[in-house]
Amino acid sequence: MSAPHSPSTQILRFDAKDRLAHIGIVISFLGLSLTGLPLLFSHSPWSARLARWLGGFETAGFVHRLCAGLMIAVFAWHVARLLKRIFVEKRYSMLWGPDSLVPQPRDAVQMFQHMAYFVRLGPRPKFDHFTYWEKFDYWAVFWGMFIIGGSGLMLWFPEFFSLFLPGWVFNIGLVIHGEEALLATGFIFTIHFFNENLRPSRFPMNLVMFTGREELEELQHDRPGEYERFQKAGGKGWVVAPPPPSWILPWGRAFGTVAIVLGLGMLVLILWAMAA
Amino acid sequence: MRPFDPKLLVAPLALLLACGAVPAVAGPSNDDCLGCHSDAVDAKAWEASIHGQLSLSCTDCHTDLATATEFPHAEKLRPADCTTCHGDAVAAYAKGAHAKAREAGKTVAAACVDCHGKHDILPKSDPASRTYVFTIPQTCGRCHGEKAKEYGIHEGDVLAAYVKSVHGKGLVQSGLAVSAECTDCHGSHAILPKSDPDSTVHKLKAPGTCGKCHQGIEPIYAKSIHGQKLASGDLKAPACFDCHTAHGISQTGTERWKLEVLEECGSCHEQSLTTYRDTFHGQVSKLGFGRVATCAGCHGSHDILPETHPASRVSPQRRQETCNRCHPGTNANFAMYDPHADIHDKDRNAMLYWTGVLMKGLLFAVFAFFLTHTALWLSREVIDRAKGGSRHS
Repeated sequence: MSAPHSPSTQILRFDAKDRLAHIGIVISFLGLSLTGLPLLFSHSPWSARLARWLGGFETAGFVHRLCAGLMIAVFAWHVARLLKRIFVEKRYSMLWGPDSLVPQPRDAVQMFQHMAYFVRLGPRPKFDHFTYWEKFDYWAVFWGMFIIGGSGLMLWFPEFFSLFLPGWVFNIGLVIHGEEALLATGFIFTIHFFNENLRPSRFPMNLVMFTGREELEELQHDRPGEYERFQKAGGKGWVVAPPPPSWILPWGRAFGTVAIVLGLGMLVLILWAMAA
Repeated sequence: MRPFDPKLLVAPLALLLACGAVPAVAGPSNDDCLGCHSDAVDAKAWEASIHGQLSLSCTDCHTDLATATEFPHAEKLRPADCTTCHGDAVAAYAKGAHAKAREAGKTVAAACVDCHGKHDILPKSDPASRTYVFTIPQTCGRCHGEKAKEYGIHEGDVLAAYVKSVHGKGLVQSGLAVSAECTDCHGSHAILPKSDPDSTVHKLKAPGTCGKCHQGIEPIYAKSIHGQKLASGDLKAPACFDCHTAHGISQTGTERWKLEVLEECGSCHEQSLTTYRDTFHGQVSKLGFGRVATCAGCHGSHDILPETHPASRVSPQRRQETCNRCHPGTNANFAMYDPHADIHDKDRNAMLYWTGVLMKGLLFAVFAFFLTHTALWLSREVIDRAKGGSRHS
């Protein structure tokens, strides 16, 4: 039995590679959105001006493809790491159980419990390592990657894909690319931002994606299920980390602020275009 | 006024009598007129003018005075009579809009002197002439320029538009005498409103008028669907100035022009413009980028034919060739792309329609659920915080 952990003990939740991947996704996502929305809403009052500000259609197109390349690279890296953990490191707990990101029946139960809690009809659910909304966020991005990436590559290289696909598929590809982009940007800039950053209890920003660390006290309140398991196991199986380097907090706050402001700004543009 | 001296007639009368002829009494000479009108008439200008060069008499134009013997003459005379020599031109003028306007009481409307001048008339080949090719726009612009509204000309200041046009720049800035000026399109004496079927700028006559200079294009246009419809009397078919405009005509090679003419095509082909706007080509061109397929890029311009015509650039026979102009090396599959796909038309684009329905349904479902979820969560946290709960309550 190890010594009891203090409430300020820091548990490593995301390793450096996970955080780096997230930053890569943030940068490429914002870049793709910024350069893609003017096209999607080309009829809107702001799109031509934004396109000009971005250096014109050709420059924006180049940046769009650059960010697409970055996103694809980060995603490929992520998938490679997943496969390594499963097949090389034999971490089968990733596939099922309390540490798994795979949706499980418990998640549906907890979702309804959470809704009941919202309207004061029950207690907060005993969330574990990954909550149902975190799983949804993850899988929406995961499958969205194939949809947005597949349709995007089709539009990028129509001469190649038309070697085996009929031309009318590109009509469909454009619609899918646009609607998926709208779904992704709309979701990230409202619901994901709210879930992770803009909730009153998290406001103004959740820094876990920069520090990778979560305090035991937070674990106790946000993930009581995991907290219980941690205490029963005496901390074995968890990584207790020293405080993050001092530069991470200010840089993380700055980066996060820019990302949130850009995202909310684009949300305003989307709503403006839809209202126009 | 110098008094008339009957003695001056003695010599010529004697001479004529000797010949056995009995002449009419001669009218005043030019010198006689200049004796009083030297202030109003610039003698040097007159001598330099084409009429002066031809040694015409004052009374050849001022015919009221041809037989005058009493001076000073009446204060009010008839306007100078140009028909003596220019009967054809005056007859043409009489049919024109300017003459009609004057008959209706609008005395500001141009008469002969307003365009040609009075005693200082020069041949149109003379650079100093008001009807010299490079000067015509200024001459017409005296009324059809800044003062157009003042004079009630509903077309407005066409001079300003012309000066900025490709024709105007060609003439004024580049000194190209071949560049179209007012009379090249409108004619000169028999200028008629464009609503008049006999007008050179009437829609049905436009191809012929423009074709005087653009001879290579007129026969091409005549064979196109637009040309055929116009020739059959369909006034809805576009003529030259429907696409190119008239006084403000621009250079057609510029990106800006390509983007502007899209709207003109769309004024008749509304549905096609709408569906074009939904494509990638349309999205990009809407952002102001002209180097992307626009109507003319696929359909052609003067040589447009119906899709069903084998020679049409968008016919099944030639579509791949048309796509290859921007997408070289593509195959028949590529040409199956629908540049005017309508996501709302279940019959035309069934797969596209259902894809749209599916994606819209997905968007609605996700946002309906999660926005509700977010609103409830937010209200719970706000209420708890208001009750003094901790950050983690």
